[in-house]
Amino acid sequence: MQRVRLRYTKRGRLRFTSHRDFQRAFERALRRAEVPMAYSAGFTPHPKVSYANAAPTGTGSEAEYLEIALVQRRDPEQLRALLDAYMPDGLDVVDAVEAHGSDFSDRLEASEWELRLDRVEPGTARAAAEAFLAAETVEVERRTKKGIRAFDARAAVLALGVAPAPGVPAGRMPGEEPRAGGAASSEDAATSEDAADRPGEGGCAILRLVVRHVTPAVRPDDVLSGLRATADLAPPVPAAVTRLAQGPLDEESGTVTDPFAPDRDAVPEPTGAGVSSAGTVPGDTA
Amino acid sequence: MSVESVFPQLEALLPHVQKPIQYVGGELNSTVKPWDETDVRWALMYPDAYEVGLPNQGVMILYEVLNEREGVLAERTYSVWPDLEKLMREHDVPQFTVDAHRPVGAFDVFGVSFSTELGYTNLLTALDLSGIPLEAKDRTEDHPIVMAGGHAAFNPEPIADYIDVAVIGDGEQAVLEVTEIIRAWKAEGRPGGRDEVLLRLAKTGGVYVPRFYDVEYLPDGRISRVVPNRSGVPWRVSKHTVMDLDEWPYPKQPLVPLAETVHERMSVEIFRGCTRGCRFCQAGMITRPVRERSITGIGDMVDKGLKNTGFEEVGLLSLSSADHSEIGDVAKGLADRYEEDKVGLSLPSTRVDAFNIDLANELTRNGRRSGLTFAPEGGSERIRKVINKMVSEDDLIRTVATAYGNGWRQVKLYFMCGLPTETDEDVLQIGDMAVNVIAKGREVAQSNDIRCTVSIGGFVPKPHTPFQWAPQLSAEETDARLGKLRDKIRGDKKYGRSIGFRYHDGKPGIVEGLLSRGDRRIGAVIREVYERGGRFDGWREYFSYDLWMSSAAEALGGTGVDVDWYTTRERSYEEVLPWDHLDSGLDKDWLWEDWQDALDETEVPDCRWDPCFDCGVCPQMDTEIQMGPTGKKLLPLTVVK
Repeated sequence: MQRVRLRYTKRGRLRFTSHRDFQRAFERALRRAEVPMAYSAGFTPHPKVSYANAAPTGTGSEAEYLEIALVQRRDPEQLRALLDAYMPDGLDVVDAVEAHGSDFSDRLEASEWELRLDRVEPGTARAAAEAFLAAETVEVERRTKKGIRAFDARAAVLALGVAPAPGVPAGRMPGEEPRAGGAASSEDAATSEDAADRPGEGGCAILRLVVRHVTPAVRPDDVLSGLRATADLAPPVPAAVTRLAQGPLDEESGTVTDPFAPDRDAVPEPTGAGVSSAGTVPGDTA
Repeated sequence: MSVESVFPQLEALLPHVQKPIQYVGGELNSTVKPWDETDVRWALMYPDAYEVGLPNQGVMILYEVLNEREGVLAERTYSVWPDLEKLMREHDVPQFTVDAHRPVGAFDVFGVSFSTELGYTNLLTALDLSGIPLEAKDRTEDHPIVMAGGHAAFNPEPIADYIDVAVIGDGEQAVLEVTEIIRAWKAEGRPGGRDEVLLRLAKTGGVYVPRFYDVEYLPDGRISRVVPNRSGVPWRVSKHTVMDLDEWPYPKQPLVPLAETVHERMSVEIFRGCTRGCRFCQAGMITRPVRERSITGIGDMVDKGLKNTGFEEVGLLSLSSADHSEIGDVAKGLADRYEEDKVGLSLPSTRVDAFNIDLANELTRNGRRSGLTFAPEGGSERIRKVINKMVSEDDLIRTVATAYGNGWRQVKLYFMCGLPTETDEDVLQIGDMAVNVIAKGREVAQSNDIRCTVSIGGFVPKPHTPFQWAPQLSAEETDARLGKLRDKIRGDKKYGRSIGFRYHDGKPGIVEGLLSRGDRRIGAVIREVYERGGRFDGWREYFSYDLWMSSAAEALGGTGVDVDWYTTRERSYEEVLPWDHLDSGLDKDWLWEDWQDALDETEVPDCRWDPCFDCGVCPQMDTEIQMGPTGKKLLPLTVVK
């Protein structure tokens, strides 16, 4: 049995896809692409797919991860390209490695997020971010199934600041060039349709956020609540939130690194099937 | 002139609504065509929530048929939930299509498919959100032609004021004919404006334009006559019938949504029409004659559909799927083909006979044998003769015994309450039947772990059926009768706990009855309900009986007719019915005879296996029964890897 790890995106309007929606779409793509999946035992066998730490509905992402188990070996890059072709545009499969080790979800220690605040001046956003970071604790509330729950949103935040220039796919302005390197992946993410979908008038502040994965999870929404609480920052339109990267945390630099690195560094399979993708390393710019 | 997407405005609202994915489109196999490269543009709507509307076969078929045509564009729109409706009104966002998020008001035709009458208030919401005047008479050349289709359109009179046209019967060819008429009219520079294009459509004889007909009433409130008010407009408008289903293998590329919907499977229609002759069944009456898809045609559609969708389950649809002349070979052939692929096969709408157990066994070869569903519809032998559902209790018990013997553990039985001539005794016998089923099941399975669920719906008399003259049972009587049955089942010490009992109260049925057999005067009731906030009447959490009754009292005040007059009143032979000028092909005298036969408890056989009984459809519509057997078999598919 071969295990392959994949990185995929939720871009543009498909960021409104819920995790359950994604699962159904992905499992149908596996069937249409005739991927030789391993199935669970039991009365109603299911294809073996493990999902890790999915982004909330409505948030874009450049860095979602899952792992599949196959009964026949496949070249990871060819498999990636095949699945990408069978997935809808926006749910793009952008990177693949043969799995080594079973600790994958433990590698996802932190996430880097982009928060695009339309009609907010960068200076206002910068001041708010500084106020947030200056606070010892920032208590926020979130509605959960068990009712309103209060917790600290500050401790998990490793970095928060205004990005120098806009330009990652989900937030790209019409006519702008994709940002070099960084989270822009091997594929051109923003179609012209997506670009046309973006509201364009007024100022625009882009916040970059690095959050450690803790329990309870601190989500970008919680940080936005915290910005409202500490600095009265109230964006007139809902923030467009995109996960740029998730993976191991480099404690020294406070950056998120590529969770596939241990798989790529592992000894290649004797068959030579595990051709490493030349994909860019997410999160190298924070 | 191109039309802008409203998505930027919509997008800002989506983070605040439930299940935003239903509004973003992008379904697998959906189509977006350039606006400027087309000259006839359709917005197709299923007037219910996306999760219900998306799997609708009618809309899916027409969407594909239209988009395959050069110069024609079709996009889809569904009812938005009240949370989004409120935001759209606040932020001035119009009703949009999910494909390219174009405003519905910009299209040439706004076609709405009504499977049920309970979508009428949602039509008004969509019109208003689109910026289209609610009343057809207030529309100008700049507004789309609002078209109704679907089974409920066989009596479009309650919404006559709000639609421009109705088309009844099969839509595949009809939408193309309408398209060509609009294309020509536009190419000529729209001579004569809106009136002219509607007149051209009406003159075909297959498009009903309510404004070209005047309804005259008698002093007692009944209709005296419905008469065309323009020359060249036919007295009666015909339904459309597609012959040779193999020529129309749609949907070829079924839509696969990202959002979860009510049917997570691919559907293949294995035949259209039904001549079993169940007298309550409007679908069976208005879709005649039977036209089968061939076994090889079915096999091709399943094969291509699965490849195009990745679905794990295939539903073989029709009004009574086990009646296909080669259903045994179809089931076995498909089960053989997909045995290794973990594809589930399902056969909704099956009759009560042992042959169906064999089929069900075949279809679940490697799956779970959880529940089988049968629809005896009536509790007593007598009432089943009235409704022409020829099932004896012995047949049922024998069938059920076979099912339990084959490892099935649960049987669901569907019934109706409020059928013509029904008494309490007829309904109480449903309880006896359930007890006999359990007793037999325990005996055969050698186990007490056997369940039978009884599910009961209220009967609503429908246009174009032999029961169109029948009085509907009042909500109070329906509730009282079902209460007695519930007490009887619950009181059974030995078997009661093995019997599940599901039923609905009688109130929604009265509103459905009012809309089903209503005339143009009911339009004011629908509008009153809509203006007081009525939406999504098919949903228990939104439906309000009191809202409908108070609105009806208000809107019908001074007309001399009321809700009871439309629902619980029996009609006479002479009465002009509101839908008489819409021709389903059924001979009204034959329907009346069948109604009299019902009262005499006389059964009528099926014309597929017995001689024609002159319902009138084939000669009137120039159609014929099309069925196998073809003698062909489904061959294994060659695997190309």
